[in-house]
Amino acid sequence: MKDIKIQVNDLSLYYGEKKALKEITMQVPANKVTALIGPSGCGKSTFLRCINRMNDLIPSVSITGQMLVEGVDIYDKNVDVVNIRKKIGMVFQKSNPFPKSIYENVAYGSRINGINDKRELDEIVETSLRQAAIWDELKDRLGDSALGLSGGQQQRLCIARTLAVSPDIILMDEPASALDPISTSKIEELVHELKEQYTIIIVTHNMQQAARTSDHTAFFYMGELIEMGKTNDIFTKPEKKQTEDYITGRFG
Amino acid sequence: MNSQIPSKQNFTKESLKKQFRLSEFLAEKIISSVAFLSIAIIFLIFIFVFKESLPIFSQGKESVKTEIQQSAASNDKPESYGGSETSAELQPESYGGVEKEELQPESYGGVEKEELQPESYGGVEKEDLQPESYGDVKKEDLQPESYGGVEVEPLVADDNSAESTEVKEEKSNSIWDSLLTADWVPVSENPRFGLLSLLIGTLKVTIISMLIAGPIAILAALYTACFASKRTKEIIKPIIEMLAAFPSVVIGFFALMVMATFFQDIFGYDSRLNAFVGGIAMALASIPIIYTISEDALSSVPKTYTEASLALGANKWQTAFYVVLPAATPGIFAALLLGVGRVFGETMIALMATGNAALMSANPFESVRTFAATIGAEMAETVFGETHYSVLFFIGSLLFIFSFGLNALAEFYVKGRLIKKFQGK
Repeated sequence: MKDIKIQVNDLSLYYGEKKALKEITMQVPANKVTALIGPSGCGKSTFLRCINRMNDLIPSVSITGQMLVEGVDIYDKNVDVVNIRKKIGMVFQKSNPFPKSIYENVAYGSRINGINDKRELDEIVETSLRQAAIWDELKDRLGDSALGLSGGQQQRLCIARTLAVSPDIILMDEPASALDPISTSKIEELVHELKEQYTIIIVTHNMQQAARTSDHTAFFYMGELIEMGKTNDIFTKPEKKQTEDYITGRFG
Repeated sequence: MNSQIPSKQNFTKESLKKQFRLSEFLAEKIISSVAFLSIAIIFLIFIFVFKESLPIFSQGKESVKTEIQQSAASNDKPESYGGSETSAELQPESYGGVEKEELQPESYGGVEKEELQPESYGGVEKEDLQPESYGDVKKEDLQPESYGGVEVEPLVADDNSAESTEVKEEKSNSIWDSLLTADWVPVSENPRFGLLSLLIGTLKVTIISMLIAGPIAILAALYTACFASKRTKEIIKPIIEMLAAFPSVVIGFFALMVMATFFQDIFGYDSRLNAFVGGIAMALASIPIIYTISEDALSSVPKTYTEASLALGANKWQTAFYVVLPAATPGIFAALLLGVGRVFGETMIALMATGNAALMSANPFESVRTFAATIGAEMAETVFGETHYSVLFFIGSLLFIFSFGLNALAEFYVKGRLIKKFQGK
């Protein structure tokens, strides 16, 4: 594993007294897709939200250990959380476009960064929507409300919105769990294309999805990282019994 | 086995037959009738109020005609302010450009100086009135108070009065000619019921108080919804809401005794009680209403919007102003409307803190008389069935129509446009 993007050292997370993540140590390679799998409540989403510090929003959370992104500990006191989130974008499980027009949804990230030039914004919107493979569907209705789109379109719009602020890393929290198979396959294709430019970490419940889209897979169970390796290895010859049981569907 | 377990139901025509459930039917009817009853009550109140004002449309023709003849006759009298000023001096000061004959009846025509005070408080004896309204009012004192400094006459006022006087002379048989003038002099030998100055006063107070209350209440709501910790929110919200339970008399009294002096010291205007003080007092009354409803609207904006915005690298302020606030636009708009309604119909505070002088002026530091305060002050002292009585009821229907129209306009036109602007088509 060369080009390590994220190095996690002994990361533990507590919800109040409850320890939700137990001494996670892992490495996420750059420009690859890393899938996090595991049964519900195993901490994979919590871990994902640690990477761009979304857990800061929950007052009872406390975190120990290190999360090094390109060698910088993002939990350091001198690090500005707003700048971290600009570098590390996130796509949520439930598509959550703002109740604004399609155009404004994509332009929002640029606007808050102080870009107000109409031509520049137009360009960013078009590029992002093209990257998210949704430009052809939406180019004639950019002024319409984003809430009128279908679920799959909304989710791809959210991806475009994330791409518009040009992050390094994209976190995806079960991006296709609420979508139909066609939208799902579109999103998977998209993930495949995006990994050229971005480091992608994707949480999924769908084993086939993990196998299809990812280069590396990490298996979480009960707040612990059980096993991590190349997707091929995890799915064909897992080292741990638990991983094998989960993948073959014996539990979880 | 079948005979012992009768619970299994077959799908026969018999078992699927439509049943009549009396209790459900009754409950439904009662609830819906209660809902319709409230609509009916509002409607009936309006009908009643409007019916009482009908005489001014029918009988009013003759009485108004005679009034106007009277006023025409009284124009000849050289009355002014007990000779303290000549009418020529008075004109440029108060109603520049208005003819001399029209000026005096508009302001104090035909009224002797003893009559002057009863104009505002008809039926009250002079001795009683004076300490209440103007303290020890000598005629010299009165003038600067009511007209002093009104050099900035709005053009509208001039136009209206000039226009309406013209109409008055040409066809003097319509009540509207009387109602569309500026002078509200209901109790005098020559009563005049011009509603324009009351309308201006009401609008002025409403605008001032909404300009103050709107931003404060919405920002406070935004703070509690987006920034405050749960604990702070639990303290702030009930306290602001408690202000809504404050009796308006108390707020009016506070405005009358404390705020009026305080703001006069700061701004140094002439009349102690004026639209500005009244507007602030009414803002106090409407802040909790606007606050509560906008806070609810802001809090119910889904957390996913906030998360999405933060994940894009927006800070808390940007999230609050560009995502949460626009998403709550309809609710905030409804809150503002309720606030306007409250101020529009507010009687006690207007009565106590606005000065109750029916003046046409754009100056926020002039005394004003609002619709609601006029009804509140004069209704108890009118003669049943008289023109004055009918006009007061007409004002009541006007208040109703205005707030109804405002709500309708807001609901069907402005709200749609706001939503379009902030949330896409």
